[in-house]
Amino acid sequence: MVKYIGKRLLYMLISLWLIVTATFFFMRIAPGNPFTSEKKLPPEIEANLNAHFGLDQPWYAQYWDYLVRILNWDFGPSFKYKSQTVNDIINEGFPVSAMLGAEALLLAVAFGVLLGIIAALKHNRWPDYTAMIIAVLGISVPSFIMATFLQYFLAIKMGLFPVARWETFMHTILPALALAATPMAFIARLTRSSMLEVLSNDYIKTAKAKGLSQGVITVKHAIRNALLPVVTYMGPLTAGILTGSFVIENIFGIPGLGAHFVTSINNRDYTVIMGVTVFYSILLLVSILLVDIAYGFIDPRIKLAGGKKGE
Amino acid sequence: MEKILEVKDLEVSFQTYGGSVKAVRGVSFDLHKGETLAIVGESGSGKSVTSQTIMKLIPMPPGKITGGQILFNGEDIVPKTDKQMQKIRGKEISMIFQDPMTSLNPTMKVGYQIMEVLIKHQNMSKQAAKARAIELLSLVGIPMPERRVNQYPHEFSGGMRQRVMIAIALAANPKLLIADEPTTALDVTIQAQILDLMKDLQSKMDTSIIFITHDLGVVANVADRVAVMYAGQIVEMGTVDEIFYDPRHPYTWGLLASMPSLDNDDKAELAAIPGTPPDLTNPPKGDAFAARNNYALAIDFEEEPPMYQISETHFAKTWLLHPDAPKVEPPDAVKKRMRQLSSAFKQPVLVKEGN
Repeated sequence: MVKYIGKRLLYMLISLWLIVTATFFFMRIAPGNPFTSEKKLPPEIEANLNAHFGLDQPWYAQYWDYLVRILNWDFGPSFKYKSQTVNDIINEGFPVSAMLGAEALLLAVAFGVLLGIIAALKHNRWPDYTAMIIAVLGISVPSFIMATFLQYFLAIKMGLFPVARWETFMHTILPALALAATPMAFIARLTRSSMLEVLSNDYIKTAKAKGLSQGVITVKHAIRNALLPVVTYMGPLTAGILTGSFVIENIFGIPGLGAHFVTSINNRDYTVIMGVTVFYSILLLVSILLVDIAYGFIDPRIKLAGGKKGE
Repeated sequence: MEKILEVKDLEVSFQTYGGSVKAVRGVSFDLHKGETLAIVGESGSGKSVTSQTIMKLIPMPPGKITGGQILFNGEDIVPKTDKQMQKIRGKEISMIFQDPMTSLNPTMKVGYQIMEVLIKHQNMSKQAAKARAIELLSLVGIPMPERRVNQYPHEFSGGMRQRVMIAIALAANPKLLIADEPTTALDVTIQAQILDLMKDLQSKMDTSIIFITHDLGVVANVADRVAVMYAGQIVEMGTVDEIFYDPRHPYTWGLLASMPSLDNDDKAELAAIPGTPPDLTNPPKGDAFAARNNYALAIDFEEEPPMYQISETHFAKTWLLHPDAPKVEPPDAVKKRMRQLSSAFKQPVLVKEGN
């Protein structure tokens, strides 16, 4: 197990290096630079700025410099927000986005799995149809429409929740709901189809022939086997949802990390682009590793390579 | 002898988009304590549905018991609810399935899969159940049961898994064990081991067995009595000797003629029964086997044959036993083994009008 994780960590470092390299060069290929704006800067000032941020160095020097800095967990200063470093931006935005994301993730998994199980158990009867209508709505209604509807009905009309801003727990509920809708619907569909498959297996018939009740069969025999596809989906979902959503954070006025993924690119804010990309990649790689480790616990047939003695 | 199970005129059908499929059409048989009844027939003859109906394991809907009774210990289980059935399944009646590779839960330890039955039906504590599970594993011939009990099904071979299935089935000392083609998915040497094990355990526990198979070689090995099913009906039933040495139904002849035997010389080709079984959405008029039957009489296409009794224990559903029917000779492969059995009546006796 330790050997396996060590090996995986090494692969993660390699992937990360590839991601950093690709982003670094693609970013430079894109036309424009951080100081391009409507008003043309005098050439001397631009040269000064370039010198200040090290952009006058040859590309290999800049690249090397950047790699060394990342190893020290220093993403450098932002080009656009003069007083902030990229580390500051991540340190401020991520806790907010992560909090919101964790809430949404919890909602999505809890209700998604529940809906999926109900739908599978009541296959082709009204609970199934109801759950699947909810799921189709969740997948096909875009999050900004969902967010606006929630704001209009629950906040403005009924006054149950605050409309926007990020202050108390009550403020977190509507954005979490809006953010959770799509993944919840997706998880519900995944769970349903994989439950249906599991329930048609011979070992479910064996369990029934033992005299176990439907409830015990579902909880002890079916769910665990049906959960693998959901766990697979959890990897990318976790990374995506924890780093925030541009749309939802904008609508609810939440000071999260999501906005920086989009604005930094428009601004050609090189260090911020690099910083959030590397940060997101690390989260993604870690959650995929966790998913792979979770497989081994859920399904004993999956042996983690390197986990066995003598390998 | 004490009758443990009596099935009377059982009818089961399945609702499908193409109409209602009459999978079981008036099946009657009984089973004594400690006896082994083999049900044979080709795929789709209704043998598995019949046996699963006894435990009410067929999916309902689309399946439905449309008629008849299943008396288990004298009590009809047809009207029982699922909740009441849960007290019977695994405790009074249990089942072994065809494919041991898929019949065990891959993510649950083998020991716990046995313990479940004990905890549910014998109110055992976890520790007691585990100790008993280890005993059961060694009873079904699994070496190192203390270690095996904590392993998962993928760490067992096919034959070993079927042994585990047998341990699960016998955990609560059921009165009736239904084995649905338990050896079909296993290779021949393992088949023999599993059959020996089942016979051995049966004599120890005095369990009755319904053994479903399409392998007549297996039947000769394990059964006391045999029921031959075709198109949802029992067409012939008798003791093993009666079915193998004095078969009366042309379908049984066909099955026996298609069985390889050591006395066959190399030149004789194995016979096959021509055609395919009828569509049970609209069962044919008359005898369901008529269209594939070389011995079919004109009346077979018009009217369903009645059941005739050939001896105390031997029944066959064919017009050939009618006093007016022409004398026909069974195929050579069958004729070679035919013997005069002392138990047979002088004349077949009509027991039941065709319905």
